[in-house]
Amino acid sequence: MWDSAQAQFAAALLDTSLAAPSSLICEKGAIGDRFDVYRNSVIGGLVRALATRFPAVERLVGEAFFAAMAREFVLRRPPTSAALLEYGEDFPDFVASFPPAKELPYLSDVARLEDARVRAYHAADVEPLSPQSLALVSPDRLAELTFDIHPSAFVLRSDHPMVTIWSMNAGEAEAGTLDHWAAEDALVTRPRLRVETRRLAPGGAIFLRRLAAGAEFGEAVSAATAEQPAFDLAAALVEALASGFFTAFRGDT
Amino acid sequence: MDRRSFNLALVGSLTTALTLLSSAAPAEEDGKEKCYGVALKGQNDCAAGPGTTCAGSSKIDYQGNAWKYVPRGTCASIKTPFGNGSLEALKRRT
Repeated sequence: MWDSAQAQFAAALLDTSLAAPSSLICEKGAIGDRFDVYRNSVIGGLVRALATRFPAVERLVGEAFFAAMAREFVLRRPPTSAALLEYGEDFPDFVASFPPAKELPYLSDVARLEDARVRAYHAADVEPLSPQSLALVSPDRLAELTFDIHPSAFVLRSDHPMVTIWSMNAGEAEAGTLDHWAAEDALVTRPRLRVETRRLAPGGAIFLRRLAAGAEFGEAVSAATAEQPAFDLAAALVEALASGFFTAFRGDT
Repeated sequence: MDRRSFNLALVGSLTTALTLLSSAAPAEEDGKEKCYGVALKGQNDCAAGPGTTCAGSSKIDYQGNAWKYVPRGTCASIKTPFGNGSLEALKRRT
């Protein structure tokens, strides 16, 4: 009896076509009205949680559009964990499949970037590799090095100017006209206390992803150069080392 | 490219990267130039503008009026999320 009452309550929370659960007792006012208020608070709270997690997406589409889109998401994919900080991990996929957002093909990529930043924020603290420690590696061993990757590191690829659009709508850069419309890859890390987002030059994402998959240094360089002949290894290393992408290396002895 | 030249190329790129990253620049030396808008937060070499004093005082990444010593001739080619470095102070969010 109790189980069925709970199931009825939970179902009615997320299905607005269902009536208030029959087991409810109301001392004042109409049960249906009171239940509607409760349901609105639950859905509204989750919509606000998503808006907090995806502020640039909200800014791109406006509050009204975002609230409507987030509400659809909440009704279809309610939280499965009691910890709200995990809620919304599949929101970027939902945005990609949400028909009214089709006109903004970059929207789900911006959502993925914001999601990665939240994950980086909650990732474990690890001291990044000191760049100068690489200077001691013997030149003969360099190509065989493998690296441990920082737990907060995410490499994202986009067919759209994901990083520029995000930075203009996250207060990181002044909003302006995009003078280019090119694919952009991003590197997200949290080397210490602050989450950092970098735009990777062409080839950088392939290079870092190969290293993250355990490839040797030389192998990752070859893979990046093969796909992107203009790959600039020095620039990619600057981004990786400055962002704290590595925590350690192996294979130098 | 044979193995030896490949290794040399790797070493060359690593050396360039470490030079660009090295933040120890106590004085303007030969072969260096002041580069605005490329320093990460708190990692500028000096002069982050009004209200701040000197090295390590920039408030945000790539602050436009904070500079860092970089190898001469490389400044304008240093890419940041908000455009390349500049030999003159830049107008960016501060």
